[in-house]
Amino acid sequence: MPVQYTSIIEEHQAVRNNIGIFDISHMGQLLVSGPAAGGWLNTMLTNNIDKLEVDQGQYTFLLNERGGIIDDLIAYRIDEEKFLLVVNASRTDEDFAWLDRHRPKHVPLTNRSADFGGVAIQGPRVVELFHALFGKNVDLPARNHIVDFPFDGTKVSIARTGYTGEDGIEAFFRTRDAVKFWNAALEKGKPLGIKPCGLGARDTLRLEMCYPLNGSDLSPERNPIEAGLGFFVDLTKPNFVGREVLLRIKQSGPQQKLVSFRMKEKGPPPRPHYSVFDNGERIGEVTSGTLSPSLNYGIGMGYIDVPHAGIGTDIDIEIRERKFPATIEKKPLYKKS
Amino acid sequence: MNVPDDLLYTESHEWIKREGDKIRVGITDHAQSELTDIVYVELPKMDRQANAKETIAVVESVKAASDIYAPVKGTVVEVNKALEPDPGLINREPYGEGWIFVLKIDNADDLKQLKDAAAYSKQIT
Repeated sequence: MPVQYTSIIEEHQAVRNNIGIFDISHMGQLLVSGPAAGGWLNTMLTNNIDKLEVDQGQYTFLLNERGGIIDDLIAYRIDEEKFLLVVNASRTDEDFAWLDRHRPKHVPLTNRSADFGGVAIQGPRVVELFHALFGKNVDLPARNHIVDFPFDGTKVSIARTGYTGEDGIEAFFRTRDAVKFWNAALEKGKPLGIKPCGLGARDTLRLEMCYPLNGSDLSPERNPIEAGLGFFVDLTKPNFVGREVLLRIKQSGPQQKLVSFRMKEKGPPPRPHYSVFDNGERIGEVTSGTLSPSLNYGIGMGYIDVPHAGIGTDIDIEIRERKFPATIEKKPLYKKS
Repeated sequence: MNVPDDLLYTESHEWIKREGDKIRVGITDHAQSELTDIVYVELPKMDRQANAKETIAVVESVKAASDIYAPVKGTVVEVNKALEPDPGLINREPYGEGWIFVLKIDNADDLKQLKDAAAYSKQIT
């Protein structure tokens, strides 16, 4: 996926106002199957996979023994004893190696990333495009569910999910069908104002919603509690990798917290690694930042020492040796009017 | 891509227009189209002295911050204040209203090290 096809701001607005399509073929797909698959995955992932009915998915984490985040992913139960893990492209090999190393011999695990392409179609007009592609009387999957649909002599898996804060789907298909599906979506989406969108718009859209990006906001040195994502960790499960550490952190409280903030004035956009100050004291670092195309001011996220991390706290972002005022805000930073 | 014949260029995508013992500087059409959506410009300070290739201004797009360099040694004598409320001028008129600063140059011979339009066109194709 390129950074942009035409302009990050135009692509961003297309998704907020109409519809946009992202090539997410780079994302990884791992399959885990067999009678012991669910039980074993529940010891490897933080969320509770037992809660998934067939065709349902959940956001979850793969942790190392220190409770640090190897990857954030969506786990789908695509059959009673079959699970699809959709993982970050840059972590696919690492995820596979980690799972393979911990895998009991009788639980088959395969990396199918090369066999599948995918697109994310996001925006308020996604329902119209879905009907144009798959038929007027065909129902969309429910939120976080994945369903297979016939398409032009082949099969496409549609998941009702996304990374933009808009209604949307992620479609997965065999690699050989990728061009066919992309072109069909663009053609049928034309009257709806569809735009091909790149990584730049993907980043501004997710950051307005305060969705974390692995490699920027999440890393093996950070855990889901600090990241404010404890909702996706089920500490009542008897056992999963990283559980002991997370329990301890939950009891003692984390040292830092991932917060979202907005700049108070027009000025340079915040960027990763800029320092954050409170009354001259360095209290943390920016992990993601940009100019919000929807709000038209600088926004970002960063890890802040907990005593300074309360909502409404006035902070300063240091940009090229000058300090610019910002405020810690509630997530998400962008709310649909 | 538009590369006017009457300007000089740097490898780092600044254009230079000679005006007597001064030069007017901006970024090229190619540079603005690669950056797209310029949302902030940090102008140089007036009277600042800079050496060739020294960072003197910053242009920020949605995605990233990019340094702008002094093409040759000189002193800042004018900055384009119109960019502060409207940084998109650089996208719309990179060679016109989107100019960034004017340098009074120390030595006109320094300009001989810059590229002409043909050499710059070759660099970006």
